[in-house]
Amino acid sequence: MEMELRTAFTPWASLFGGSLIGLSAVMVMGLFGRIAGISGITQGFLGTVLPTPGAPRDRDWRLAFLLGLLAAPLAIMLGGGTISQSVPANLPGMVIAGLLVGLGTSLGSGCTSGHGVCGLARLSRRSFAAVLTFMSAGFVTVFVLRHVLRGAW
Amino acid sequence: MVMRIAFGFLSGLVFGLGLVLSGMSDPAKVLNFLDLAGTWDPSLAFVMGGATLTAFIGFRLVWRRTTPAFDCTFDVPTNTRIDRPLILGAVLFGTGWGIGGFCPGPAWTALPLLAPGTLAFLPAMLIGLWIGNHGKHLQIFAPKGATQ
Repeated sequence: MEMELRTAFTPWASLFGGSLIGLSAVMVMGLFGRIAGISGITQGFLGTVLPTPGAPRDRDWRLAFLLGLLAAPLAIMLGGGTISQSVPANLPGMVIAGLLVGLGTSLGSGCTSGHGVCGLARLSRRSFAAVLTFMSAGFVTVFVLRHVLRGAW
Repeated sequence: MVMRIAFGFLSGLVFGLGLVLSGMSDPAKVLNFLDLAGTWDPSLAFVMGGATLTAFIGFRLVWRRTTPAFDCTFDVPTNTRIDRPLILGAVLFGTGWGIGGFCPGPAWTALPLLAPGTLAFLPAMLIGLWIGNHGKHLQIFAPKGATQ
């Protein structure tokens, strides 16, 4: 999008944070026997407020999981940590992005966590295909927006 | 019931802490990871590597048990078909990810920080998920000869 600021390469923090994400996926599998896919968990949430075909029925832990996700940045700030974040400010662009992410993850039955982390860890063919496809689409999209259109939109 | 909710919350908290500490919840880092030709930041490969390796080992340890702690069965997808909805969905998702720098998990953890971009993204994502869920059951996505 319009911002092209450099970000620091953080291999150790990223490896550590990534391990926590993996640990959470293992907890969900060991405790509830389910894939920790955030798009699926979000559909469980949608199923409680709107009729959503195929939404999972074990909603209790899914709603609690979402609350945990929301609590994480607050816990870090309460602990005295700071969170640096820059979210693209092009609001129509963000609406389009959100629609595409929602549509795509429901059609494709998963996102970065379900297909990415859990699917790759299960050595699932479908998930390998999905990850290769969404990564490629992401690389192409950023290339087009930043280097072909150069923020012209 | 109380234990399910407590451990569900704890799992989400660990996931969210991982997203924030790894940098995955910062769209600038995600977009830079996807920008191979520009300000490339390879950090996200370490997030995915750490997460996948941990899950790869951990899944195999917990699958040694006969049942999960709070449920009767391990419910793992058995579908192996690479079909049209999977690929089309992944293309749409990757495109949206490349525009906004958010995938579903980070969008949730970013919500309490109330950035305008997040407040635009998240409701649109919920609408997209809901529409996609209904569209998935349309005939055009049913692969030839496939049973759902």
